[in-house]
Amino acid sequence: MTRKQRRLMFIGSAGAVLAVALGLILFALNDQIVFFQSPSDIVTQSVPPGQRIRLGGLVEEGSVIRSDNAEVSFRVTDLENTVAVTYKGILPDLFREGQGVVTEGVINPSGVFVADSVLAKHDENYVPKEVADALKDQGHWQGGESAAN
Amino acid sequence: MVIEFGHYALVLAFALTLVQSVLPIWGALIKDERLMAVAPPVSVTLFVLVLLSFVALTGAYLNSDFSVLNVLENSHSAKPLLYKFTGVWGNHEGSMLLWVLILVFFGALVGAFGRNLPADLRAVTLSVQGWVSAGFILFLLATSNPFTRVANPPLEGADLNPILQDIGLAIHPPLLYVGYVGFSITFSFAVAALILGRTDAAWARWVRPWTLLAWGFLTLGIAMGSYWAYYELGWGGWWFWDPVENASFMPWLAGTALLHSAIVMEKREALKVWTVLLAIFTFSLSLLGTFLVRSGVLTSVHAFATDPARGVFILGLLCFFIGGSLTLYAWRASTLKQGGLFAPISREGGLVLNNLFLTAACAAVFVGTLYPLVLDAVTGEKISVGAPFFNLTFGPLMVPLLLALPFGPVLSWKRGDLAAACQRLYAAFGLALVLALVAFWAWGMEMVLAPLGVGLAVWVMAGSVSEIVTRVKFFEIGPKRGFARLVGLPGSAWGTAFAHFGIGVTVLGIVTASAFQEEHVRTMRPGDTVDLSGYEITFDGAAPRRGPNYTEEVGHFTIRQGGAMVTELDPSKRIYTARQMPTTEAAIHTVGFSQLYLSLGESRGDGAVDVRVYFKPFITLIWIGCVIMAFGAACSMADRRLRVGAPKPARKRPSAPVAAE
Repeated sequence: MTRKQRRLMFIGSAGAVLAVALGLILFALNDQIVFFQSPSDIVTQSVPPGQRIRLGGLVEEGSVIRSDNAEVSFRVTDLENTVAVTYKGILPDLFREGQGVVTEGVINPSGVFVADSVLAKHDENYVPKEVADALKDQGHWQGGESAAN
Repeated sequence: MVIEFGHYALVLAFALTLVQSVLPIWGALIKDERLMAVAPPVSVTLFVLVLLSFVALTGAYLNSDFSVLNVLENSHSAKPLLYKFTGVWGNHEGSMLLWVLILVFFGALVGAFGRNLPADLRAVTLSVQGWVSAGFILFLLATSNPFTRVANPPLEGADLNPILQDIGLAIHPPLLYVGYVGFSITFSFAVAALILGRTDAAWARWVRPWTLLAWGFLTLGIAMGSYWAYYELGWGGWWFWDPVENASFMPWLAGTALLHSAIVMEKREALKVWTVLLAIFTFSLSLLGTFLVRSGVLTSVHAFATDPARGVFILGLLCFFIGGSLTLYAWRASTLKQGGLFAPISREGGLVLNNLFLTAACAAVFVGTLYPLVLDAVTGEKISVGAPFFNLTFGPLMVPLLLALPFGPVLSWKRGDLAAACQRLYAAFGLALVLALVAFWAWGMEMVLAPLGVGLAVWVMAGSVSEIVTRVKFFEIGPKRGFARLVGLPGSAWGTAFAHFGIGVTVLGIVTASAFQEEHVRTMRPGDTVDLSGYEITFDGAAPRRGPNYTEEVGHFTIRQGGAMVTELDPSKRIYTARQMPTTEAAIHTVGFSQLYLSLGESRGDGAVDVRVYFKPFITLIWIGCVIMAFGAACSMADRRLRVGAPKPARKRPSAPVAAE
């Protein structure tokens, strides 16, 4: 093979691998990403049951009900609308009523959000950025600008 | 007083970086030896100054000097001594100071031990290192000064984030930083090569050990971070595809590619242009990681308190170094001479394939990490890209790479013989096939991927063993001479074998721990028992306990197997007094390579408590594999033939090209 043929071959195989990678990325971006929604989005836009979403907002005061077998139900609110959530598992350390929370899961046919993960991260002052932005959209944001970061 | 001294030392260090940035490279361009000779002493002095300022800050932490804002915000007099010390880098300012300390330390190493480098290469490399140092010291002084004082110091500090009060903080950040920052040296060498328009034998000889060093430490740092998150966060997960994790994983992938392409360059003088580009990419990804983690773009335990000015500053540095180096690359890459030819089936061809898949995988991680940030910035739409995305993109790209991996080392340079390579690997292939079939038979039809994963892992492990064994012809010449020849093998051969074996071990751990993990979440009352993977786990009750700076509720569990007691485990929920912040302390029992993992949830009153119990088969292999990989890097670095001080190759240029001209 000449130098030129070899180079063409390398470029060809590199192109093939990159094309496969690109295809995978595009396919996965189409299929595997999860959109963030506030309770108002869910109430007004009717998310189809079974589609994975992230639901974020504040845990409504007085809504947390714990039952046996580590099951818990609570409501997530953006102070306009609320969505009922059920979760089986251990809640994060910083899960509190009145605090920001992000949950991921699907809506079941009866309109209850079945979460398989609940995030309330690492720091006591922390309001998830998505939640802070959603609250700002609704005009209910009361924290300082810096708390969103 | 000591604090002001430390501050002053840092300012002085900044002034010196300006000297280092300008004089040596100017000297190299106008071929003035005296100007070039400025670089080594300046780089060493720079290190001493930054070290002094680091020591000053450490002193303030150890003495709990709350008149220093940084100490006030991140320390507490009741904190155990170890965490007072590690707390120095458990915050934004201190961790950036550590970053800079390691940066100038590496510069000083090049300055002190670079005597056998061509003088102009050393001068330019140190100048480039000076630019990076100047940028980051300025960043510290302008936006993140750790030496700021407060006028009326309170008596007590705000304490360190409790999650960080762990031995992991002593280990994970320094390891990771040595990895991240180690790549700055290869970057500086790459930029110097572009500026000087040549890469010679000395260049490759210097780049390889630095890449190995940085890569080995980065491997350990990532593994340690993973294990720390695993036991500290109480979720039992070891990798979340979290952007912060990806930020360290991308330089690792690019660095792995660089490691391999640097071998081709050193041995065969091919792939020069590509290696230089990879060196630039790798450090750029390290910088990007620093930006993502430190700027507050991402919210995580790593972000600490954030300030928009910092994000903008780091973004500026990022654009300057990445944009600048890529522009320089576009302009100067054509001046680098093309190297030796090779056939597609050859060691070089194998390494090119490795590079292709690693960079493609790195690109997939890059897209998954940055796409949500870009989408949010551009359209305001919020999405999350999680494990499913990465499993679907990263996974398929790794499979062909792992399949091809054992072939690389058994192919010969320049033109390889695939049939001969297969002959050296058939035993490994047979073993992998048999074990995959056994796994298939044992686990039944529901698990299709797990046996394939096991087969792949065994293929990689057995492949690296058989490479070593067939290389010394162990079975042909008999064990006695075989052992002698094994001992005589060069370090780099052992390095390759260990690193590849480690990959297999890690893959095996990932496959078994993901496919066969068992989990129970239950509300338990004292006396309750759950059965999990053949263990009976009995909750005996919970009791409060006081620690030095926290109070905790400790659950007591007895683990039995077939009625016989195995061990007792005490997971707990802690409340750190100063911040009133709760943390979960998991309790872990290791059986062989597997682990039993218990963590507590909410207390339900009446003595009942939520409990999460995991059995994770062979999970420790994930981290053991990483340690084996890092050991491989160490073996390779210890190779006498490749040591920097080794006798010069005959073709090397005279060490003072100025005199020759």
